[in-house]
Amino acid sequence: MSIREKLSGNEAAATALRQMNPDVMAAFPITPSTEIPQYFSKYVSDGRVDTEFVPVESEHSAMSACIGSQAAGARTVTATSANGLALMVEELYIASSSRLPIILSVVNRALSGPININADHSDSMGARDAGWIQLYSEDNQEAYDNLIQAVRIGEHKDVQLPVMVCQDGFITSHAIENIKLEEDEDVKEFVGTYKAEEHLINKGNPIAMGPYDTADYYMEHKYQQNRAMENAKKVIEEVAAEFKEMTGREYGFFETYELEDADYALVLINSAAGTAKETIDKMRAEGKKVGLLKIRVFRPFNRDRLVELLKDVKYVAAMDRSETFSTSGGPVYHETAAALYPETTRPEIISYMYGLGGRDVTIESIESVFNDLMEIEETGEVGERYRYLSLRE
Amino acid sequence: MAKEINETMNWKELTPGGTIYTAGNAENFNTGDWRVNKPIFKEDKCIQCLLCAPVCPDTSIPVKDGKRLEFDYDHCKGCAICAEVCPVDAIEMIPEGQDE
Amino acid sequence: MTTEMKYKFKEELNKEERFTGGHRMCAGCGAPVAVRTVLRALNEEDEAVIGSATGCLEVSTFMYPYTSWRDSFIHNAFENAAATTSGAEAAYQSLKKQGKIDKDTNYKFIAFGGDGGTYDIGFQSLSGAMERNHDMTYVCYDNGAYMNTGIQRSSATPRYADTTTTPVGKKGRGKSEFRKDMTAIMADHNLPYVAQTTFIGNLKDLHTKAKKAIYTEGATFLNVMAPCPRGWRYPPEKLMELCKLAVETCYWPMYEIENGEWRLNYKPKKKLPIEEFLKAQGRFKHVTKAEKKDMIEEIQAEVDHRWEKLLVKCGEK
Repeated sequence: MSIREKLSGNEAAATALRQMNPDVMAAFPITPSTEIPQYFSKYVSDGRVDTEFVPVESEHSAMSACIGSQAAGARTVTATSANGLALMVEELYIASSSRLPIILSVVNRALSGPININADHSDSMGARDAGWIQLYSEDNQEAYDNLIQAVRIGEHKDVQLPVMVCQDGFITSHAIENIKLEEDEDVKEFVGTYKAEEHLINKGNPIAMGPYDTADYYMEHKYQQNRAMENAKKVIEEVAAEFKEMTGREYGFFETYELEDADYALVLINSAAGTAKETIDKMRAEGKKVGLLKIRVFRPFNRDRLVELLKDVKYVAAMDRSETFSTSGGPVYHETAAALYPETTRPEIISYMYGLGGRDVTIESIESVFNDLMEIEETGEVGERYRYLSLRE
Repeated sequence: MAKEINETMNWKELTPGGTIYTAGNAENFNTGDWRVNKPIFKEDKCIQCLLCAPVCPDTSIPVKDGKRLEFDYDHCKGCAICAEVCPVDAIEMIPEGQDE
Repeated sequence: MTTEMKYKFKEELNKEERFTGGHRMCAGCGAPVAVRTVLRALNEEDEAVIGSATGCLEVSTFMYPYTSWRDSFIHNAFENAAATTSGAEAAYQSLKKQGKIDKDTNYKFIAFGGDGGTYDIGFQSLSGAMERNHDMTYVCYDNGAYMNTGIQRSSATPRYADTTTTPVGKKGRGKSEFRKDMTAIMADHNLPYVAQTTFIGNLKDLHTKAKKAIYTEGATFLNVMAPCPRGWRYPPEKLMELCKLAVETCYWPMYEIENGEWRLNYKPKKKLPIEEFLKAQGRFKHVTKAEKKDMIEEIQAEVDHRWEKLLVKCGEK
């Protein structure tokens, strides 16, 4: 039976982490995710969790300690943002190659420089090749639900990969909104107990983790990770089905909004989806056939499903909240365009860079994107394929 | 006995992430062929002080019941640290292959 | 724990080896001698989790598909042996408290790092883990340079040593700084036990200190000088002689700090001139063969200065 509450995204994330009662949390503070280890420390201090909290001296050490802990056989979690995530990037690769299902709550914030503390996706997008499953959350509800499901996805024997659950800094993390929480007991039952087959602390069965691989072995080890990521697709759906049974809330790889008969669609991630939905409501009332494809699972990237959902759309704007400096667009655009390329019929697709460093996303600005798509249809000319939204020029 | 992992195996046969479940299996790897010089154990001279055993980087002087045994030539690299520390010249270094 | 521990040498050597041969360390390398001796200090009934930084030790002893380690072992990256091992230790505390690990199971946590992974890139991680007082032991095998990547200088490299990033040349005379006193820095972390040692005789000093470090509750640190025949340029068989010279010249004093109390473990009857230690190594050839003795004098002055300071701290003066 869900409990109605009003929580910020950070508190929602902290609550999910509390309810899964991890064995260890090793974390270092950074705005805007700082509240997560703070809330958690209070849970520890009040004896509400069995977690050993390790106040490490940097994010690199946070992930290092998480790796040591998970390898030892303990369910381990942490949280970070921006440069904290960047500082632990080397470790992210090692966590996934060592096949350790660590859970990381990312509160998206722009990477320096210049230093900026607001929402953008450069941090988690910068880590997209590290071999972690990436789940993105539009609001506090999704952040909470994603974290709970993340445990089951990562720990599944066919996956054994770490998972990061992302939400936008300040916009989601600090805004207090309605949320439905599940009972402690239900979450506890859903996530189950962590039982690693092989781990460091296992009397009589020592293991050695983290070898030096010559060229004879490295590629096969990477392929194993690739297969695990492929297996994750099935597991994500299975876990979502179980989650729906428990909560009634449905999750998939993507969420569509008014997409079925849309001629013009946006593809994007996280909180801007909320603004997009409102814009779509307004424009639909005016008779315009606009829609949204929101990405929840960015890694693995389910290109088959995406193609299925977009195939009847005529004009797509892929919107990115992080630069790659390819000069042709961001990660969402690249993944989407690459997915559509082999199809014989596919939408026209342009790329938008928006909301960098917390640049505000409004109904007006989203509407202008749809209007740009309609203009392309009218004139028959794409013009600039790669555009910046709300930039002062 | 499980087949030892080697570089002809495919991705399914290798352990995930390179984690090894057979602790201490380096024992099966021969480093004795590194030798340029070989230590010869002169048992009759040996006073079993055991000063040689712990200073071997390659664990090639086994000890049993308080006595050192013959060299482990599968692993000995011929560094001669043992010969240097032996107080009674019970270890003689000869060029590898000379005793064959 | 100040009880004088009797070193039953032969009994200790009867223990099963926790570190096998078949690794790819150089012939005559000092690091495995440190590892074997430290691990021998573990009680036979105790399990261990060994963490290691990237470096000669790790890449040579854990080259897939082989491992020389009989205990559980984890390698993560270069700079985080301490953080990684502290994570495993935290897991142990948590799992034990929750009853998820059998009460009779006893695990010890030992991290190994070279001077690179300890003094330099690993310094932050080490300081953090020690400051949090995890129940673990950190052992530095100090060979005075980044040996694994080809003998580059570290902050542990002695002054005037020839390394590949402080090469002797028309103008350069080797490393310009004196080495960092890591043991003193760790002592100032107020740890229950910190010690400096190397390989002497039947390895009693190292063994005893390893035992104290491992079985003292809380964060403990051991700094072990482990000569490198390639980097220092001496004949590999001279390992024990090099260590003896290091100690007899007071370049590498053997001392311990137990609950804040400094104790000198060995005072040479006759302190040898530092030149004896320098001339045994090719990396100081330009120093000992030079016409002017100024470099030797500078090194000697610093050795003397640090030795005098240490004597005062240990109440020997």
